[in-house]
Amino acid sequence: MKKSNDREVATPHLAEEWVGKVYTFICILFLIITIFSMVYFVASKGLSTFLVNGVNVKDLLTGLKWKPDGEPPMFGALPFIFGSFSTSILAAIIAAPLGFCAAVFMIELSPKIGRTFMQPVIELLAGIPSVVYGFVGLSVVVPLFRDIFPGQGVGIAAGALVLAFMILPTITTIATDALASLPAGLKEGSYALGATRWQTIYRIVLPTTLPAQMTGIVLGIARAFGEALAVQMVIGNAPHIPHSLFQSASTLTSAITLSMGNTAMGSVQNNALWSLALILMMMTFVFVFIIRWLEGRKKL
Amino acid sequence: MGEIALSAKKLNVYYGEKHAVHDVSLDFAEKEVTALIGPSGCGKSTFLRSLNRMNDLIPSCRVTGEIRIGDRDINEGNTDVVALRKNIGMVWQRPNPFHKSIYENIAFGPRYHGIKNKKQLNDIVEESLRKAAIWEETKDRLHKSALALSGGQQQRLCIARAIAVKPEVILMDEPASALDPISTSKIEELISELKQDYSIVIVTHNMHQAARVSNKTAFFLNGHVVEYDKTEVIFTNPSEQRTNDYITGRFG
Repeated sequence: MKKSNDREVATPHLAEEWVGKVYTFICILFLIITIFSMVYFVASKGLSTFLVNGVNVKDLLTGLKWKPDGEPPMFGALPFIFGSFSTSILAAIIAAPLGFCAAVFMIELSPKIGRTFMQPVIELLAGIPSVVYGFVGLSVVVPLFRDIFPGQGVGIAAGALVLAFMILPTITTIATDALASLPAGLKEGSYALGATRWQTIYRIVLPTTLPAQMTGIVLGIARAFGEALAVQMVIGNAPHIPHSLFQSASTLTSAITLSMGNTAMGSVQNNALWSLALILMMMTFVFVFIIRWLEGRKKL
Repeated sequence: MGEIALSAKKLNVYYGEKHAVHDVSLDFAEKEVTALIGPSGCGKSTFLRSLNRMNDLIPSCRVTGEIRIGDRDINEGNTDVVALRKNIGMVWQRPNPFHKSIYENIAFGPRYHGIKNKKQLNDIVEESLRKAAIWEETKDRLHKSALALSGGQQQRLCIARAIAVKPEVILMDEPASALDPISTSKIEELISELKQDYSIVIVTHNMHQAARVSNKTAFFLNGHVVEYDKTEVIFTNPSEQRTNDYITGRFG
């Protein structure tokens, strides 16, 4: 406790604290207002497809035909929803084992090479613009797939592979943090029982860090789900559910970016795109909730 | 004095440039408790960790000299470290149960070493928990998380886990220093019982504990063994002045 004659000294600090509080409050208020207005804007636009233009919600979510300019126009977004889910989940299936193994190498096997060489490379990978990924995908992955598999090379497989490389840094970084924060005692405990390094990684390190690994994977899926440009360049952009991984397909994001410039604000075609954006946004919320739930479980 | 379970001959341990353990030669008798005492940083834990080659895990660490079990030197390059560590169990200062059920914690080691038979595993789990005097407290919750146990229970679980692979020697690195007095006395009772079946080497800061549980005591100072003798001799009639100063609390 301060003595009473210290009060004069304390007053300016109180003022400082007040300024700090107000300043931080304004910042957070600004953030909250931005987020809420975005949600409101997307929701009002996206919902007006159903409320103003009278498109059936069920038709949009489960319809297989997307013909906004048809007579009558059809707004079946299921091919896009399918495309978004299949590319991002497939990307995670490719990237998760790679990311985990890279993290194991960096933390368990060779921390020196990991810190001095691999860490910067992964950070670099995260910083490459998505158009570059898309370009590389278009000029390397697509021709390769065209040679090996039937079809044009574009499609879900190409999209997923490009996305896998894009989300690899996210998954690797989180996996690395998870491994690094594992209490040293657990590994020693396993070694002291006569376990080999591989057994320790497989039986102790992996299960103990699983919730954190899952967080990384879901974050990766969320990023893949929202990625537009790179996917759009390699997926072919045909609005139907493909019969194979090497057939042209479409995602929610690629549908929006491709058509946004060609529709008039307020038209049903434009509103339908907003509905796709609304679906994307809702999915992002779902991913955030999953991540929060996983984070809670991590504490055990 | 019985058979020699484990003996160190001219053991030196270096961390990079730092010479942590100097020319230590100690014999550990079978089915006895040997206490290693000394001030912090005197090299006793480092020495203990060399005995089951846990120092291999520290990249900058280098060990020279011999550690003999029977007629084998475990520091030789061709030693099967897995078999060695199965033979020499270890318990740490902080309980480190795996994030698994109580049952899985115990069954973990035996599974590594190839025991898959459910019945056999059940028997090992029960026997190990009984030996570690924690069976009564855990038998109704074997499949619950081990992390829900108290610190003292976790430590006994870790001892049970070490016993489950049927070692001959158990190394304990200040096994009770993170525990409350009641848990500590339980661990001490347990050590006294365990020495009927196992040779135990225990590092401790608590001199009363060393006096209570051990048959022999080695006093470490600055990486050297100053004195090694029967515990009652060390604590009542040490031959070295420095030992006397330490146990009477004049330094350390």
